[in-house]
Amino acid sequence: MSSTLKKLLIAMLGSVRDLLPIVLVIVFFQFAVLQQPLPNIGQILLGVLFVIMGLTFFIHGLEQGLFPIGESMATAFARKGSLFWLIAFAFALGFGTTVAEPALIAVAEEAAEVAANGAMIDATEAAKLQYADGLRYTVALSVGLAIVVGVIRILKGWPIQWFIIGGYMLVVIMTMFAPKEIIGIAYDSGGVTTSTITVPLVTALGVGLASSIRGRNPMIDGFGLIALASLTPMIFVMVYGMMM
Amino acid sequence: MDVLSAIIAVMLGTVNDVLPIAAIIFGFQFFVLRQKPANLQEILWGFVWVLLGLSLFLLGLEWCLFPLGRLMAEQLTDPVFIQGTLDAGETVADINWTHYYWVYIFAFLIGFSTTIAEPSLIAVAIKANEVSGGAIGIWGLRISVAIGVAVGISLGCYRIVVGDPIHWYIMTGYIIVVLQTSVAPKIIIPLAYDSGGVTTSTVTVPLVAALGLGLSETVPGRNPLIDGFGLIAFASLFPILSVMAYAQLSRFRAKPGWRRAENENS
Repeated sequence: MSSTLKKLLIAMLGSVRDLLPIVLVIVFFQFAVLQQPLPNIGQILLGVLFVIMGLTFFIHGLEQGLFPIGESMATAFARKGSLFWLIAFAFALGFGTTVAEPALIAVAEEAAEVAANGAMIDATEAAKLQYADGLRYTVALSVGLAIVVGVIRILKGWPIQWFIIGGYMLVVIMTMFAPKEIIGIAYDSGGVTTSTITVPLVTALGVGLASSIRGRNPMIDGFGLIALASLTPMIFVMVYGMMM
Repeated sequence: MDVLSAIIAVMLGTVNDVLPIAAIIFGFQFFVLRQKPANLQEILWGFVWVLLGLSLFLLGLEWCLFPLGRLMAEQLTDPVFIQGTLDAGETVADINWTHYYWVYIFAFLIGFSTTIAEPSLIAVAIKANEVSGGAIGIWGLRISVAIGVAVGISLGCYRIVVGDPIHWYIMTGYIIVVLQTSVAPKIIIPLAYDSGGVTTSTVTVPLVAALGLGLSETVPGRNPLIDGFGLIAFASLFPILSVMAYAQLSRFRAKPGWRRAENENS
């Protein structure tokens, strides 16, 4: 236990260093540019302490829990050799982690607001809710598909750049046809889908798969799942905007 | 007791977020793979640490960083503050994009510093360092991603101020991505693409969204509903460029680890 404690203390110093830039920026702007005192300083200091502790515990748990389980599952699936279950798992992971993502729920609600203002849908609560839910499931579906495509890519060893460059060409072409109101939201939806817990898991899955398949390089084949998961929502949201 | 109930509320929220993920993982682990991971107990403790850590992290951000950051974004984009940057003899009609210089500086610095603290980027950097056998440094990757986000967000703010259509910027960016992909070291390409997606999560998004919204409300002729969005797209695009540039520089300096990692490619 004391070795864990010692590790945590050292990690905490690392967290302090990680957070120092933010503190400096905030302090500089508050005092030098805006020239205002800090409001309720006690709560702010407590908040800083929580952030430091939280980051430390998260990184600790990451190395102890998320990374090992992601990799051990990737190895187990590779050994099992069942393509069906690997793909089912990939889809479930992508869909399941996205559909409940708070950032996505917030963006979907804002998007419904935009759509109602642009008279794309009725300005009633029911219509907005339906629009927001539809958008949310669309994005979750697209992330599920992205992980599936990414896993197949790892198995086959296809280069990632064809997917990403091809995908972004599609995004550019669709931008010309999509309703103007949806474009900003579509572009942003790619960024909000990958949460703090999903990223380590998906990364460990990709790297684990690439390491356990002969002839795959974990650097070249293992990474890239997150890139795909950030790309497909843009395409699907624009399709959704065009269809509604 | 207020503190305690706040912690519990946030923790319940986090449990809610983690539950579907845990259900999928352990469901597949026990019903499809039908095996117990070797160190199950340790892994479960790991999940507890992640849960506790994320809850404290989010609560702390809600208490210190987010209110201050949002307030700053509002104050820096406030018309009164912008008018304060006018030189003598200039009137409100003379305001152009150069008068928003504090906004660009703030966008750059807050983009950089929040990215350094982004937990998912730390995770990816640890993994990349491990997998590449040390060729990709944890700090090298984090700093290059942070520079990418910083440049991206300041440029995104400039775009909101001048009102250019977003897709010209994004398209130009992706053309550069394509060109850089053809010359960058092969082993960095997937990681560089990934860095676009990992940068924008817990810490960066709320502050950047506040900045975009505040700016599009202040600048005359902007619609917050249309122009307020899009900053995150900038923050996802530029790290791809900066990470590839970082790899090109590292290879240029010819760290021996690079050759080793690239030779494993065969």
